[in-house]
Amino acid sequence: MSATTLLSLNDVHVRFNTAAGVVRAVNGVSLDLAVGETLGLVGESGCGKSTLGKAILRLVPIAAGEIRVEGTDIAPLDRAQLNALRRKVQMIFQDPYGSLNPRSTVGRSVAQPMAIAGWTAEATAQRVDTLLGWVGLSADAKQRYPHEFSGGQRQRIGIARALALSPRLIICDEPVSALDVSVRAQVINLLEDLKQQFGVSYLFISHDLSVVEHIADRVAVMYLGTIVEAGARDQIWRNPQHPYTKALLAAAPIANPRLARARQRSVLQGELPSPIDPPAGCPFHSRCPMAQERCKTDRPELRTVGSGALAACHFI
Amino acid sequence: MTAAAPLQVHDLSTTLFTRRGTMKAVDGLSLTVGAGETVALVGESGCGKSLSALSIMRLLPDPPARVTAGRVTLNGRDLVPLPEPSMLDIRGKEIGMIFQDPMSSLNPVATVEHQIVEVLTTHTALGRTAARQRALELLEMVGMPDAARRLGAYPHQLSGGMCQRVMIAMAIACHPSVLIADEPTTALDVTVQAQVLALLKRLQAEAGMAMIFITHDLGVVAETADRVVVMYAGRKVEEAAVDDLFETPLHPYTAGLIGATPTPGAARAARLADIPGMVPPLNELPAGCAFAARCPRVMERCRHERPALTAPRPGRLVACFAAEQDAA
Repeated sequence: MSATTLLSLNDVHVRFNTAAGVVRAVNGVSLDLAVGETLGLVGESGCGKSTLGKAILRLVPIAAGEIRVEGTDIAPLDRAQLNALRRKVQMIFQDPYGSLNPRSTVGRSVAQPMAIAGWTAEATAQRVDTLLGWVGLSADAKQRYPHEFSGGQRQRIGIARALALSPRLIICDEPVSALDVSVRAQVINLLEDLKQQFGVSYLFISHDLSVVEHIADRVAVMYLGTIVEAGARDQIWRNPQHPYTKALLAAAPIANPRLARARQRSVLQGELPSPIDPPAGCPFHSRCPMAQERCKTDRPELRTVGSGALAACHFI
Repeated sequence: MTAAAPLQVHDLSTTLFTRRGTMKAVDGLSLTVGAGETVALVGESGCGKSLSALSIMRLLPDPPARVTAGRVTLNGRDLVPLPEPSMLDIRGKEIGMIFQDPMSSLNPVATVEHQIVEVLTTHTALGRTAARQRALELLEMVGMPDAARRLGAYPHQLSGGMCQRVMIAMAIACHPSVLIADEPTTALDVTVQAQVLALLKRLQAEAGMAMIFITHDLGVVAETADRVVVMYAGRKVEEAAVDDLFETPLHPYTAGLIGATPTPGAARAARLADIPGMVPPLNELPAGCAFAARCPRVMERCRHERPALTAPRPGRLVACFAAEQDAA
């Protein structure tokens, strides 16, 4: 771990006990995120990407492994220490309406982090005005309620609240997936401006590859609870190594009809297996076009491959 | 397009009658879809694209919505004045529809087989045994894994992608000449989306269906459409062949949508071109062009006069004064 490492995950596991069995939502993830970096975490529904984001805030229990924020292991933190952690690490969600109290004015919602941190009323009020200005909302938004705002504006409110205590890291869980195209671009641009201005880092969780390609410096691809490939954005896009990364990129629609027709498209068959009983060996072997006997029994480790990225596959 | 096009929509208007007043959710939409052709209806939430589809199918929630003008000609017959019993014969037989959320469009307490057989026995002369056999063939045709076993499954036992395959099997069961797909892949994962898009293309090519594909995703448009209709605040603002639209968008809104969509593999722009502001509510539409308040090319005229659709070039339609100026 270097001095610029903000977040470090080491063999993290998250499990849920359900009536149907143990769901291995996150199954041995190791990742680093540097100060000022945007790390894109991509994968399909049920791959564990949102659960991993929540684990970093200890919103779900960590079954095994280690999560360090600025070098501090978060697993043993008590309640007070956890509050301090949550000043450094904030989260914004896909559904901004569901994450704002409908009976609380926007001013009160945005002021809440300062109230918990023990700020004076005056300092809090000033801070709320500043925050709303940063995210492009007028000061009269304070007296209004969440239902009076559009989806894009609500996401701005969520971002203002996340920024309240100057966090080092914001976990963005599908922050633009519910927004229309034109508004989505506004929110992405806002996130990029805020990063420039404050040097905040993002863990940007999304299923939308074109958005991640636009915003991320580095990308990690998740499948069935594990990271199958991670590397610099261009390494992943120009020279994907893992068969799943290749399939994912091939499946993503391209908003350019000539490029879309020109590319070779091999459609991946089948669907994500259940995380309750993940296949032994490589998690991807049941859908992999390259799978061999060995993949059914040996789980491949993440290692550096030819492109310079990390990939978990026996045949790269 | 020739007169033989299976679906022709002419000057269709759909009005919402609400307590807050009446508003035109679809305003004078015209549309022709030829056999084997895919026309994409594109726009953001509230632009009227789904209500257009429901108007064509005569599935509008009434009240508050009603078709107040226009014709929908399916294989030579106008659907708008038809009584509901006639529509029951047409829906699922001559015109099929697939919705965004297959889970809630399927009957949760009936098996897959029961639901497909019901479509077949309603619209065709097939007896139960023959219909059952046909249901299995259809499931195999739409690429359902382990089709024979899935016949007995209930929707909750299937994944979203499999439910969408069942919906597609039901929609094409009676060889409709027109298929309307309303955001059919929006709820699906990207690898499953690719499977469903490939399936729809294959079935369309085999049967020569006319298809209306409704989506907000320009990537999906580029992958599937032959022609594109862009809607904004209930009106068609641009129509063009898919390549023309992406290469030379004429309406500033179309250009804005394309600029706001990141394209993987293309050179990375520092910022996305966003469109400031948001879509005006239908009951607060301005007198002039509905896009004027957000438009980078707005002129004085746009604020009080509404641009009509014009054809500045062959094969292109656009409703914009600035685009007209460019063409002059």
